[in-house]
Amino acid sequence: MECLPRHELQALQLRRLQDLIRRADAQVPYYQRVFRDAGIHPEDIRSLDDLQRLPFTTKDDVRTYSMTEMMAVSMDRVVRLHASSGTTGHPTVVAYTRNDLDLWSDLVARIIRAGGVGPSDILQVAFGYGLFTGGFGLHYGAEKIGAAVIPASSGNTLRQIELMRAMKATALVCTPSYALHIADFLEKEGVKPGKDIHLRFGLFGGEPWSENMRREIEAGLGISATDNYGLSEIIGPGVSGECPVKNGLHISEDHFLAEVIDPDTGQSKAIGEEGELVLTALTKEALPVIRYRTRDICRLIPDPCSCGRTTVRMTKVQGRNDDMLIVRGVNVFPSQIEEILLEVEGVQPFYQIILGRKEALDTIEVQVEVRGEVFSDEMKGMRALEEKLRQRLHTALGISVKITLVEHRTLERAIGKSKRVIDNRNF
Amino acid sequence: MKLRQISIFLENQAGRMAEVTGILGRAGVNIRAIALADTADFGIIRLIVDKTDKALEVLKNEGITVKETQVVAVEIPDRPGALAAILNILGKAGINVEYLYGFLDRVEDRAIMVFRFEDPDQALGILTKEGYQALNGSRVHSM
Repeated sequence: MECLPRHELQALQLRRLQDLIRRADAQVPYYQRVFRDAGIHPEDIRSLDDLQRLPFTTKDDVRTYSMTEMMAVSMDRVVRLHASSGTTGHPTVVAYTRNDLDLWSDLVARIIRAGGVGPSDILQVAFGYGLFTGGFGLHYGAEKIGAAVIPASSGNTLRQIELMRAMKATALVCTPSYALHIADFLEKEGVKPGKDIHLRFGLFGGEPWSENMRREIEAGLGISATDNYGLSEIIGPGVSGECPVKNGLHISEDHFLAEVIDPDTGQSKAIGEEGELVLTALTKEALPVIRYRTRDICRLIPDPCSCGRTTVRMTKVQGRNDDMLIVRGVNVFPSQIEEILLEVEGVQPFYQIILGRKEALDTIEVQVEVRGEVFSDEMKGMRALEEKLRQRLHTALGISVKITLVEHRTLERAIGKSKRVIDNRNF
Repeated sequence: MKLRQISIFLENQAGRMAEVTGILGRAGVNIRAIALADTADFGIIRLIVDKTDKALEVLKNEGITVKETQVVAVEIPDRPGALAAILNILGKAGINVEYLYGFLDRVEDRAIMVFRFEDPDQALGILTKEGYQALNGSRVHSM
């Protein structure tokens, strides 16, 4: 599939697109309404270019409409639910049928193979297992190719290293920053890659990273490191991944149509131009997604790859065109933080989010201005406020946050609006 | 018999205390007593001043987070064991002291202890019964 001649691939894409639009029109209440409002009939889709006549789907659409309105099947066919952060307290829930899970495993299997990992490998998954699609996605993909999986889950670096040493892991799955953290840890502890541990491959995703980081990780762990990309709303990891050439991530185009648009106008950009990636999931059963705006900025590379795959590649994600932050692979929206501060303090909060890196791991600090309404004259009152904010944010975001109470008016304000986020990280 | 105290929220930063007390100084506010509670990141300054309303006004105008609280000032003898004695009485009565600080009377040979109680009225009742004298506000503010 990955090496199909372009014209055959495009014929397959068109058939699948037409089928998708028919299914959405017949079974998805949300798309029925959208198509009716836009005057679109399934028979209007005669070529891949007709895709551009369809409206976009945004994260807010997926979140605002109830899952049953977005779903093409009834709940008795759903076998798995995952969720990703929403811009407010409500997460975006995604559903999978049995076939969706099989498809997902196949797609992840491709990126695992493309990253160099084979059936004889032992793959340690240091992504969190849970609602986040990273852990389970890579887990099932690795089992699909016949690799042995160590479901280590995230965190506890010392234990990760003991596991990879004891179980002789040959491949590591995690965020690139965690890989760098492990590499730094090995150096500090005097653990020698190639002697004490035997990693050969690393499959990293969940956050943006640079070629510089790749070089550091590859040198520090003694591995070949590849990038992979995906998002829960589309399917999870497995949308695209790098091959050994490491020049762009091959998109599994038989299942996903990729476009790049101007984020401001919504107009399609010429292939090769930078813009926002828009994805259509052609074959998913439970939650068909048409022209989903990922908010990720990248370019598409149409030229054939020397690896022999004919699929289009995307560059590494260059940034976001919304205010979403990625902290230790977890998606965080400033609005989620604001919502909790407002709830705890009872007044519109003044706050600033400061991102940094410590020992290669992301840190997130929320500086909160203490105003009269929340100021307690007693230390225990202030401690309780700190603790409450810390716990509430940890619950909502799934990552630990340092809370710093600061004086009123100390946070930088630009024309009545404070600069919410300061990112001191180097990628 | 309660006393007006000003509490100020401050970041734990070099020079910040000087700035805040400077604001009071320029406004002609005299500090009678001061106590500081701090963590690595922030502190709470508690002040008894001669002109409480003026102090609150100038601090608020500077955007400083400030709060007025009620405390109890009790006169105790200026000699060893005097503080322990009053604390014993409060402890036996099950009275919780949130915090306390003290200062000396320049004129008379005595110490003034400032208490912040969870329940000031209950505490005052017990202390009065034991023969302690709570000082009234105007007396302390103008000392």
